[in-house]
Amino acid sequence: MRITQGTFSFLPDLTDEQIKKQVKYCLDNGWAVSLEYTDDPHPRNTYWEMYGQPMFDLRDPAGLMMDLEECRKTYPKHYIRVTAFDSTHQWETPRLSFIVNRPPEEPGFRLKRQEQEGRKVRYTIDSYASDQPEGQRY
Amino acid sequence: MAQTIQNDKRYEAGVIPYKKMGYWEPDYQPIDTDIIALFRITPQPGVDPEEAAAAVAGESSTATWTVVWTDRLTACEKYRAKAYRVDQVPGNEEQYFAYIAYDIQLFEPGSIANLTASIIGNVFGFKAVKALRLEDMRIPTAYMTTYKGPPTGIVVERERLDKFGRPLLGATTKPKLGLSGRNYGRVVYEALKGGLDFVKDDENINSQPFMHWRDRFLYVMEAVNKATAATGEVKGHYLNVTAATMEEMYERAEFAKELGSAIIMIDLVIGYTAIQSMSNWARKNDMILHLHRAGHSTYTRQKNHGVSFRVISKWMRMAGVDHIHAGTVVGKLEGDPNQIAGFYDVLREPHNKQNLEHGVFFDQDWAGLNKCMPVASGGIHAGQMHQLLHYLGEDTVLQFGGGTIGHPDGIQAGATANRVALEAMIMARNEGRDYMAEGPDILQKAAKDCKPLQHALDTWKDITFDYTSTDTPDFVPSTTTSV
Repeated sequence: MRITQGTFSFLPDLTDEQIKKQVKYCLDNGWAVSLEYTDDPHPRNTYWEMYGQPMFDLRDPAGLMMDLEECRKTYPKHYIRVTAFDSTHQWETPRLSFIVNRPPEEPGFRLKRQEQEGRKVRYTIDSYASDQPEGQRY
Repeated sequence: MAQTIQNDKRYEAGVIPYKKMGYWEPDYQPIDTDIIALFRITPQPGVDPEEAAAAVAGESSTATWTVVWTDRLTACEKYRAKAYRVDQVPGNEEQYFAYIAYDIQLFEPGSIANLTASIIGNVFGFKAVKALRLEDMRIPTAYMTTYKGPPTGIVVERERLDKFGRPLLGATTKPKLGLSGRNYGRVVYEALKGGLDFVKDDENINSQPFMHWRDRFLYVMEAVNKATAATGEVKGHYLNVTAATMEEMYERAEFAKELGSAIIMIDLVIGYTAIQSMSNWARKNDMILHLHRAGHSTYTRQKNHGVSFRVISKWMRMAGVDHIHAGTVVGKLEGDPNQIAGFYDVLREPHNKQNLEHGVFFDQDWAGLNKCMPVASGGIHAGQMHQLLHYLGEDTVLQFGGGTIGHPDGIQAGATANRVALEAMIMARNEGRDYMAEGPDILQKAAKDCKPLQHALDTWKDITFDYTSTDTPDFVPSTTTSV
């Protein structure tokens, strides 16, 4: 399977040139970009690990691309995403977030059903990969 | 000049024109806390427009048809609404824009029912006017803050769903009537797995003999959870809890919560009070609240009579819904691009500037109320993605019902086509390309990696619904006047 979180997951994986253009768009809007990585891609795992601080004073996309290269070297089989934060009043939230690295194999999720009274079912979603300890998952 | 009759003559028994009773005050300067209503008035032949405006002011505030001495037991000058400006509608000799100011103390805090009982309560059947339309309202900050607004809002909805930087995608399950719960859930699963974020009950899916509500809720949640596991993305389905009584609506909403649904839905026809109650419930239970504007066209569509949808948009943002259908521009339902831009601004912006071209007559500050997500639904397809993005922007839900379920290769393929078209268009826009001009090219190129998109483009080619809108702006930046 292919996890389709993030803004561009239905398109072929972005080239570095394409990533750079998206980062430029974010910087032109005055947003701070950051890198985050994880090997636990559960849809409710909000807090991926931060690869450094959000780059509040970055002006040139090249800065992020350099960090991305390092991040990929350190975590070649992790999910890595670029997130752009907008600090404008009444936004103050991510405005764009897209995956820029993913493991070669994505085993996906198990759906567990716990049958309850009155035909109700309690659902839990479990990543097959997260059966392994952190760092050994992909 | 004010022509109000002064002193004891004002209260002699009998009938005097509204204009002379204190409801026409051309010198009046509205104060910051006044609520202002702008009406489009078509007076009966022979009725002076100022008298018609005064009559509307009178009937929507303190007056009745004759003089009553009991006025004198009150500070009646304060309670009278004041018509203070009447302009002829550009290019229309029969119609006038009347500005009427109301003192804030005429209204109960936080009650749309009370606000509307005054402003549209009696006056629309008034004989002195041939037709009447409420075009816009200025809500003062002091009154705005008595409303809670959307329980979730665009920002928090996106954070909860973990979806940023693009419109959300949805579809309404079709056929709207007749599917069993089991078959219904099939449509939901296919559409979500294929790439949509949301599927939706239609306005008239409640609890009918072919599918009772509990059965629908159970099958739909199986579909939602299965699709979430299949994609690793948060998915949802608007479960329509509209019912005959509040007790039944609460029961359905509670069940939706128990099953883990992220969002529920209500119809506009349940009424303003019920909407505010469901908004409170949603706020208490971390639930996104979707509103289907069922019934609105009965009073929003005709330009000479009724209530503009921009006013309904304002009331619904105040009443507190997170989603509201607000037009597509290019789809099958009524919608002039400028008017719709005005509705979207009213729903989404923290502050509206007067914009006559878009039909926005007043500056309006939203006093920190959450932003409400407009939903575009009805006769749209993947081939229009560039136009949809251009007209409607990024913070909207694009709902492709037929455009998903009617795909020749099936529902999943339909959903995938829409999602790929959308992501390709967002990518092109962010890269700084002229996506409106290059739109068809961008889609064709994206279709090279996505057969379902190619088939969608081939199937619907340039299907559009090109009819003249009835609800159009009166102020156009050109030498010709609008009709």
